[in-house]
Amino acid sequence: MRRFEEKAGQLYGMGLIAGFCHLYIGQEAVVTGIQAALEEGDQVITGYRDHAHMLACGMSANGVMAELTGREGGYSRGKGGSMHMFSRDKQFFGGHGIVGAQVSLGTGLALADQYKGNKKVCATYFGDGAANQGQVYESFNMAKLWNLPVIYVIENNQYAMGTAVKRASSEVELYKRGISFGIPGEQVDGMDVLAVKAAADKAVKHAREGNGPYILEMKTYRYRGHSMSDPAKYRTRDEVNEVREHRDPIDLVKKLIMDAEYASEDDLKEIEKRVKAVVNESAEFAKNSPEPDPSELYTDVLIEA
Amino acid sequence: MPTKNMIQALNSAMDVVLDRDDDVVIFGEDAGYFGGVFGATQGLQKKYGLDRVFDAPINEAAIVAMAIGMSAKGLRPVAEIQFADYIFPGFDQVVSELSRIRYRSAGQFTTPVTIRTPCGGGIRGGQTHSMSPEAFFTHIPGVKVVMPSNPYDAKGLLIASVESDDPVIFFEPKRIYNGPFNGVPDAPLTSWATHPKGEVPDEHYTVPLGKAEIVRAGSELTIVTYGTLVHVAQSAAEKAGIDAEIIDLRTIVPYDMETIAASVNKTGRVIVAHEAPRTSGFGAELIAQIQEECFYALEAPVARITGWDTPYPHAHEWAYFPGQERFIRTMKTVMEA
Ligand SMILES: Cc1ncc(C[n+]2csc(CCOP(=O)(O)OP(=O)(O)O)c2C)c(N)n1
Ligand SMILES: [Mg+2]
Repeated sequence: MRRFEEKAGQLYGMGLIAGFCHLYIGQEAVVTGIQAALEEGDQVITGYRDHAHMLACGMSANGVMAELTGREGGYSRGKGGSMHMFSRDKQFFGGHGIVGAQVSLGTGLALADQYKGNKKVCATYFGDGAANQGQVYESFNMAKLWNLPVIYVIENNQYAMGTAVKRASSEVELYKRGISFGIPGEQVDGMDVLAVKAAADKAVKHAREGNGPYILEMKTYRYRGHSMSDPAKYRTRDEVNEVREHRDPIDLVKKLIMDAEYASEDDLKEIEKRVKAVVNESAEFAKNSPEPDPSELYTDVLIEA
Repeated sequence: MPTKNMIQALNSAMDVVLDRDDDVVIFGEDAGYFGGVFGATQGLQKKYGLDRVFDAPINEAAIVAMAIGMSAKGLRPVAEIQFADYIFPGFDQVVSELSRIRYRSAGQFTTPVTIRTPCGGGIRGGQTHSMSPEAFFTHIPGVKVVMPSNPYDAKGLLIASVESDDPVIFFEPKRIYNGPFNGVPDAPLTSWATHPKGEVPDEHYTVPLGKAEIVRAGSELTIVTYGTLVHVAQSAAEKAGIDAEIIDLRTIVPYDMETIAASVNKTGRVIVAHEAPRTSGFGAELIAQIQEECFYALEAPVARITGWDTPYPHAHEWAYFPGQERFIRTMKTVMEA
């Protein structure tokens, strides 16, 4: 994920990716831990900071990268770009640019699962900023009212664009946001993938067994600006470096692996090499995939035009 | 005279109104501490304090609604909606409350709210950062709709909007924040510093609402447009060598039909242009009115240059955006008709 995001950042810098591009660097443990707790057929939906979620859902790096460059080979054939991709095959329902919209959509997806009685759950990801949207609370109410199988994952990376949580939220402990609806909530160290996985296991079990929604507040941090065009002047270098050096989720995993001797330094290097190859290939694919035909502009607007 | 880009001009307008009137308050997502994603409110919180320039959570519905409540009690709120694409959670409040409080209370209450919001494409923003939703708002009796095309007008119109006792939806074409755009995709960036309308006084002044401006006088053809496309039309007219009269509406509602009709009666040929999709776009309203008032002066069917009836695409932005080429082609067609 991190290598993919770094590569996307490079392609953006080279002008191959245009428009808005939001990187997930620093937050990787969240989606990794949550997805590990899901089973096949469970639904996933998130906002615009979505590349890592798609990779974690098993979508191909090639298809994601080619959507970033707006090419034919992208998951939405160049129609959506970085923020708007879907995969029916991998149960990934976007990629949403409108902050908060995904929370209600995800609740609706969960209602469909409940209706079908298929024992699937819907992981609905959103940010600390999105957590203030009114429709989130309309959804919380309905989700608990009808005990829908939805896990609300709040990715609290401390900032909504340039606005720190405390500047926009009266209650900054976001896991408490479900209390008045009767939705259990839990705060989790979102930089620790095992902690995330453990909390997710509990939440998923709760939802899958018909007990209704569950809120997981993931305390995490984004290293980069909000999007590629944000120099992040609203926080200090020291603040970022402090997290990078002491709480980095990938360093933590590396240390766990090494300490437990699950793998050697060489094994990890080998994995790193394979990851790099996949990412490099995706960049090549995204550069070489043709632009969609201009007639594509008019397809998929209405089924019958 | 000092030169300013559009952001600086808007910033200056807000500075002026904050300074002159204690009832003016400014708020919006990232608008306070951070100074706005495009920097329009930069420095204002520092200068005027947290009570007057502040951050709002990501709550478009409540931002609009609270501005209405504030305004009914005598404040003059200037609310920023970060991108016009995000205004829709607040749309209900505009339709059902903002536009009608005065009517509903038989004039006991007015709601002098100004909603500033960046709009338009040409920045590769894709579906959720490129919309031109002005037509939705022109369909609501009781709100004014404004879209400047240059720094001088931006400042003057924004001050006029804030001082107006009517609610105003103030669209800012973000593509031209930093310089005019001629509608050629890879054209090098030009700055406002060399444009006459980049000269913006620091002091208070207004540009009246409801008055269009003829930005290029001509005799052969009238082009009615607003926002970014004003510049595209100008460049296209020069390139095509057609003596077009170009009208920048500046205020979309109420629009200056007097200026339009005078021009059309003179030239007999008209193009209306906007970035927004074609069907039910504001161009349709303009054309209907033009044929009502100028039918016998017309020498050719009125043409429209618009975005297409599709969501704003990520790939092929330049096939969607009405650029210089499309203008020239349409101008020729209308001249030959
Ligand atoms: C309805 C709506 N309002 C505003 C925006 C602009 N916007 C995009 S991202 C963002 C901040 C969201 O922050 P958060 O939910 O914390 O997610 P993060 O970016 O930190 O992952 C804002 C205000 C938007 N996309 N949609
Ligand atoms: Mg955040």
